[in-house]
Amino acid sequence: MLVYWELFLAFFIPNMIGYGGGPAIIPLIEAEVVGRYGWMNAQEFAETLALGNALPSPIATKMAGYVGYDVAGIGGALVAIFATVVPSLLLMLGALGLLYRHRDSPRVKRMSQWVRPVIAMMMAWLTWSFFNEGLDSAGLMHTVIIGAAAAIALLRFRTHPAFVVLAALVYGGLFLS
Amino acid sequence: MTPPPTKAPLGALLWAFTRIGLLGFGGGPAMIPLVQQEVVKRHAWLSDEEFADILAIGNTLPGPIATKMPGYIGYRVAGAAGCAVAVVAVILPMVVAMIALLALFSSYRHVGWIYGMGQAVVPVVMVMMGQLTMDFWNKSRLALGWALSLAVALAAAALIYLLGVHPGWVIGTILAAALLRPTPKRRGA
Repeated sequence: MLVYWELFLAFFIPNMIGYGGGPAIIPLIEAEVVGRYGWMNAQEFAETLALGNALPSPIATKMAGYVGYDVAGIGGALVAIFATVVPSLLLMLGALGLLYRHRDSPRVKRMSQWVRPVIAMMMAWLTWSFFNEGLDSAGLMHTVIIGAAAAIALLRFRTHPAFVVLAALVYGGLFLS
Repeated sequence: MTPPPTKAPLGALLWAFTRIGLLGFGGGPAMIPLVQQEVVKRHAWLSDEEFADILAIGNTLPGPIATKMPGYIGYRVAGAAGCAVAVVAVILPMVVAMIALLALFSSYRHVGWIYGMGQAVVPVVMVMMGQLTMDFWNKSRLALGWALSLAVALAAAALIYLLGVHPGWVIGTILAAALLRPTPKRRGA
């Protein structure tokens, strides 16, 4: 029973404070799943994120579904998805009139603006921890090769993330076994 | 608000949002044009103006936009059942795919080349996260200036990573301050 409550909190809190859409929620979820509860290590979280980025549909619900399943089976997946989707949707349905009046309010705009530097910093921290994880598991040479190739593909040629993940899987199967 | 009249058949809603979920690569914000395509252009369940209003309202709330939009639109055009159908249609197929693929992967993790595949995605995710970092940092710099952005980022880093404060307290405090502090004349914005 406790694990369901923890799963609920681990996904409810990031989704209630994560202004800026799905991507903003990722470092907050990492702080809960890897940092606070230790359900996954950085390697497993990176694998989940890689597949999440390669498949369509919202990233937040895919992460919730898989982490919930990994921790506590189908029931866990349902609890984590519920915590991700339902509270903010109920707020939207319940407070629509109020929100409608304030949709262009400078205070509301300020909320996502002021939170953004914190999210950017947590993302930078997560980038750094993935780098360390890469050093530990794949080693410096492979981390640099894969990282540089992925950066060129994603940033220079705007390759679809699914193809970049697929290419990395092939590389890993051939050279890192 | 009174419950809106039923305007859309559940089957059409189910199919429209399944299509959005399957074609929506790149996470929530990338899916908004697809939602508009289906809901405004194809089925005319909402006008362009209503759609823009719903998007603006969705952005005043936290949480993923790609589930708030389908949920609200489903409710609006087909009541509570429509809300449930739209949300499930947009998320369920890929949640199932994700669980199946990762569960399969985990059960063969001990096989050498599959283990190598898992290791090789870490640097890719590192680059993607670096890309998101730059994106959020640039938006922050444009809105707040780099000095203030850096000061907030460093203060938050010290609280969260040095003192072990839960990020929820840090962000919750900032959100409360942004909401409650009186709005002064805008600084040159």
